[in-house]
Amino acid sequence: MTVLAPTESPRQRPAPDRKPSRRRPARRMSPLLVAFVLVPFAVESIWVFWPALQGFYFSLTRWDGLEPPQFIGLDNYAEMAGDSVFRGALLNTVIWLLLFGGLSVVGGFGMALLLQKERRGIGFYRAALFTPVVFSLVVTGLVWRVFYQPDGLADQVLRTIGLEHLIRPWLADPQTALYAVILPALWRQIGYVMVLYLAGLKAIDPALHEAARVDGANGWQRLWNVTVPQLRGVNAVVLSVIVIDSLRSFDIVWALTRGGPYHSSELLSTYMYSTAFQSLRLGYGSAIAVVIFGLALAVILGYLVRAFRED
Amino acid sequence: MIRKLRTGGFHLGMSLVALLWLGPILWVVSMSLRSFDDIAANGVGSLPHSFTLDTYRQAWTDGGQMRALVNSMLVTVPSVLLSLALAAVAAFALARFRIPGRRTILLLMLAGNLLPPQILLIPVNKFSELIGLYDTLWALIAVQVGFGLGFYTFVLHGFMRDLPGEIQEAAMIDGAGPGQIFGRVILPLTRPALAALGALSFTWIFNDLLWAITVLRTDDRMPVTPALLGLQGQFVSSWNVIAAGTVIAAVPTVLVFLRFQRHFVSGLAIGAVK
Repeated sequence: MTVLAPTESPRQRPAPDRKPSRRRPARRMSPLLVAFVLVPFAVESIWVFWPALQGFYFSLTRWDGLEPPQFIGLDNYAEMAGDSVFRGALLNTVIWLLLFGGLSVVGGFGMALLLQKERRGIGFYRAALFTPVVFSLVVTGLVWRVFYQPDGLADQVLRTIGLEHLIRPWLADPQTALYAVILPALWRQIGYVMVLYLAGLKAIDPALHEAARVDGANGWQRLWNVTVPQLRGVNAVVLSVIVIDSLRSFDIVWALTRGGPYHSSELLSTYMYSTAFQSLRLGYGSAIAVVIFGLALAVILGYLVRAFRED
Repeated sequence: MIRKLRTGGFHLGMSLVALLWLGPILWVVSMSLRSFDDIAANGVGSLPHSFTLDTYRQAWTDGGQMRALVNSMLVTVPSVLLSLALAAVAAFALARFRIPGRRTILLLMLAGNLLPPQILLIPVNKFSELIGLYDTLWALIAVQVGFGLGFYTFVLHGFMRDLPGEIQEAAMIDGAGPGQIFGRVILPLTRPALAALGALSFTWIFNDLLWAITVLRTDDRMPVTPALLGLQGQFVSSWNVIAAGTVIAAVPTVLVFLRFQRHFVSGLAIGAVK
C-alpha cells in the first residue's frame, strides 16, 4: 500500500479556479450524505481504529490468548531491553531500512533518469524492471529460493565466472541470510520506486531545464540544481512508501527464511508475528508492534518536520 | 560516432539489466516444465532436458492450488468491489459537500491506512474470534475492506474534488438529490481513478499473506499466497512442482496487469506528483 498526495499536477492548478468550495452547495445535510460518510468510517473504525487502540493497551498486559489479559504496566518494554533476539531484530530492521530503502531509492531514481527520455526500446526496459511489482512477495520469495538452491542459478553463475570459493548455502548461512533476503526485496522495489520517479520527472516543467541550459549549466548541474529540488514532493512520497514498506516487510522473509537461521534474518515484524501467534505471547507481541509503530512515526515525522522547516 | 557508441552502450547496459530482472522469472517458468528425473540428474541450475506439464497437474490438484485460487478470488473480488464502493461514497460526500470536519475525517481515514498492520494483527485476530468470523473468508474480506478504505477514499477524494462544480450545480437545479448526483454525474466521471485503484487493489489483496494467516487457520480456506508456502512443505524437494505452483499463483495478477496496464501504472504513480 502506498502513501499519497493530492492527485493533481502543479500545472493543472490554476489559482482562480481553486475556490469552488465557496460555490459548492451548502445545503442542509441529507441523511443519505451522513450515511455516505458514516458507514465507511464505521467499517474502518471497527477493523482499524479500535484494534489499534486495543493494540496499545495489550502491550501493557501479559496474555496467552486464553485467559483474560493481565495488566502489567511497562514490564513488556522492560523485558525487551534485555531480549537479545529483539535487539537483533531491531538491528536487522535498521539495516533493512538503510540497505533496502537506500538502494531502492538510488536504483529506482537512477533507472528513472536513464529511462525518462522516450526512445526506441525504452518501453521494454521499463516493463522489464516493472514486472516483479506485479508479483506477490511470496511468489518473489519462491522465485529466488529456486535461484539460491544449492547448485541453483546463483551458484551456477559464480562457478562460470570462476568464483566457486564464494559458494555457500545462501539462505542457511547466518552470515548471508539477511542479505540474501534483501536482494529479492530490492529486485521488486526498484521498479516501483522507478515508476514514482518517472511520474515526478514528467511533471517537471521543461522550461526550467531550458533556462538552465541557456545559463550554461551542464548535465550534472542541471540534475542537482533543477531536477533534484523539483522532486522534493516525490521524495517525501518515496520516503514514506519505503519506511512503511520496510517496517511492514514480512512476506519475503517468511517465504524465504522465517527469520532464521538462528534469528539471523529476523525483523521486528517477523519476530512480532512469531511471538504472538506461535509462542502465544500476545502482550509481548503487542509491545513489539508498538515499537514498530513508533519507528514508523519517528522516521516519517522527522522527515516531514525537516521538509517543512526548509520551506 | 560518439553518439552511436553511447546509444549502443545504453542498449547493452539496459539489456543486461533487463536480463537480470527477467532472468529469474524465465528460470522459474522453465523449471516448472521440467520433469523430476531431469532435475535430479542435471540439478536445478541446468538448462531443461525434458518437457512436462504434469507439474502443473500436481500443483493444481494434489497441491490444492485450484482450491486456493478459488479462495483467493472469493476474497479478492468482493473486497475490491466493496472497498471501492464504500470509498467512493465517502469520497463523494467529503469532496462535494461541506460536511463539518471533513478534512479531519479524511486525514484520519488516511492515517488509519498508514498504520503498520502489525499493531492491528492481535486485536483483529481476537476480534474475529469474538464475533465468530475467525477462520472464515468473511473475516478476511472484512479486514481487507477496513484496512484499504482510508487510502482509496483519499485518492478518490482528490480526484472528485477536482471535477468542475458547474455540472453538479446544473444537476441540482434540475432537482437531483445527492444520490442521483453521485450515480449519474460524479461516478461516471471518476471511472479512470476507479479503474486504477481497482487494478492496484486487486493485486494488493490477491497478493496478501499477512492478513490471511492472521484470520485463517484451516489449510482448505487459505488463499493462494499462504497455500504456496504450504505447497513448499508438501513437495519438499520437487522444485519443478513448486515452480509450477509459483507460476499459477502469479498468473491472475499478471493478467490483471496486462489488461489494465495503463491504469495500473498511473495508479502506482498517483501521488508521486504533488
